Amino acid sequence: MSERPLLSARGLTKYYGERLGCWDVTFDLHEGEVLAVVGESGSGKSTLLGLLATELAPSAGAVHYRMRDGVVRDLSELTEAERRLLLRTDWGFVRQDAREGLRMGVSAGGNVGERLMAVGARHYGNIRAAASDWLARVEIEAGRIDDTPKSFSGGMRQRLQIARNLVTHPRLVFMDEPTSGLDVSVQARLLDLIRGLVAELGLAVIIVTHDLAVARLLSHRIMVMRRGRVIETGLTDQVLDDPREAYTQLLVSSVLAA
Amino acid sequence: MSAAMRDDLPSPGATAGKETDAYNFAYLDEQTKRMIRRAILKAIAIPGYQVPFASREMPMPYGWGTGGVQVTAAVLGPEDVLKVIDQGSDDTTNAVSIRRFFAKTAGVETTTKTRAATVIQTRHRIPEEPLRDGQILVYQVPIPEPLRFLEPRETETRKLHALADYGLMHVKLYEDIARHGHIATTYAYPVEVAGRYVMDPSPTPKFDNPKMDMCAALQLFGAGREKRIYAVPPHTRVRSLDFEDHPFRIQTFKQPCALCGAEGVYLDEVVLDDRGGRMFVCSDTDFCEERRAAGHQGMMVDPGASDPSPEGEGGSRRKARDGWGEARHAARAGKRAAPSDGLRPPPPPYGGGSSDLPSDTAAEKREVVAKDKAGETR
Ligand SMILES: [Zn+2]
Repeated sequence: MSERPLLSARGLTKYYGERLGCWDVTFDLHEGEVLAVVGESGSGKSTLLGLLATELAPSAGAVHYRMRDGVVRDLSELTEAERRLLLRTDWGFVRQDAREGLRMGVSAGGNVGERLMAVGARHYGNIRAAASDWLARVEIEAGRIDDTPKSFSGGMRQRLQIARNLVTHPRLVFMDEPTSGLDVSVQARLLDLIRGLVAELGLAVIIVTHDLAVARLLSHRIMVMRRGRVIETGLTDQVLDDPREAYTQLLVSSVLAA
Repeated sequence: MSAAMRDDLPSPGATAGKETDAYNFAYLDEQTKRMIRRAILKAIAIPGYQVPFASREMPMPYGWGTGGVQVTAAVLGPEDVLKVIDQGSDDTTNAVSIRRFFAKTAGVETTTKTRAATVIQTRHRIPEEPLRDGQILVYQVPIPEPLRFLEPRETETRKLHALADYGLMHVKLYEDIARHGHIATTYAYPVEVAGRYVMDPSPTPKFDNPKMDMCAALQLFGAGREKRIYAVPPHTRVRSLDFEDHPFRIQTFKQPCALCGAEGVYLDEVVLDDRGGRMFVCSDTDFCEERRAAGHQGMMVDPGASDPSPEGEGGSRRKARDGWGEARHAARAGKRAAPSDGLRPPPPPYGGGSSDLPSDTAAEKREVVAKDKAGETR
């Protein structure tokens, strides 16, 4: 793990007109580190994820990222071309709704190969081999490579999203409620898979979830958000076993249906 | 289905550039033509880039090539000689009607000879005869956006063009190979122009793509319904997209043209009877006729003639050829259900309504591809 952070957020604030999205969020994320952002819906956790992933522009504050070449860049100063390159090479984004993260009319192989083609891969055989390899790693049968995700189950779609994102070996993956809406057994299998890949590849992950069990299983650190603010942060086990804030205590004791 | 090509138009003003009490030279008013010319100039300055323009209503339905007609109207001068082809043929209803339209509204000379034309408006083909300096080829374009297949949002496709972010085009080709074992796109095969913009060459067969590369003529593309104009200036690189291990290849045909014996040209299948009789003939009718006039002859002999005339006997041979020509013409006409008077048009080539375009286009493509497959080898 490098001493310099991979990503640094400083004073990140977002207003939607008069309404506060999130306020003054500051943290560092190191390579290989998994950070869970938890809170109820409306707590600002999705806004924060949007700001970090450059999908939203902050009202105040900044995000810095250490690029693959080692240069630390202010993400708001990237050109659109640089931003897109970052999004599809060194970053991944696994969405809650697979339809937003996949091309539903394109085969599984094409979905996985898209990023490679976007960065200039022009050898069909190599692209297909890489797609096959990644489908195997997310436990999708080789025979499904030419099927579109329309015919896939919810769990398979999420696994396909993961393969599609990891094919370019990103160092940072954003995940937005990747397991919600799935059956419990399917969730467990997916979480297992994510945990294995994260460990194996040394991925840094920022995962937004309302499910503390997901946070506990995957994350090293946790940030609890409420009404746009980070109210508690620390090592996941410490925060969940011994929450300081009354609100976190309520969350942990499941009094609040987050 | 509304306005057919109107035959009741009054005669044009005699002089280009002057409004008359009837209507203006080449139908459009001068201000509109200037607007279209500005779009054309911009398109030429940025090869392959789709320039928006304020497409006007024309006295014919969308799908009849209103984009191409407006571009032609804007570039046409009184001295020009106009040729109009539809799938290579000068004599379809669509081609005849557009030719008549400009003969009437601009009073320009028209021709079927590629060599004699200064402006050629086309749907679906590029003439076999190499084009030369000074000629303008105007394409009728139904869907100008090559990325639309995978990215329907126009805000996004515009961004992809701006960033030269064309990975999606290869996703489309990837899907082709994954499904068919080879790049099955045979029409509207995407090209990269001048090393920068990716462009849809309109529904021409990919067979014609190499003709676009370093072409001496100016190539203009007009999409009426979609309000876009784009261009390939003369002597510009046009490269068909492909994969290293699946390189671009044009269609090849198993046999030469049945009428003129030409090889290495694009052939249409013509059904001769209801017993499965068929032949393959040049899609470019002018090219085929010129070859036959020069004495070239295909393998086909008149099936009705009991005693085939010996070669070299001009009269009989011409008779045989003419017989074939009629059969072919009838077959083509039958295939397109095109009446010859031009007053009641056949279903427009791209669908004439405003909402049914994609499915019609797809249906047409399927038909053409099916036809295509019969005669080609890869
Ligand atoms: Zn011929």
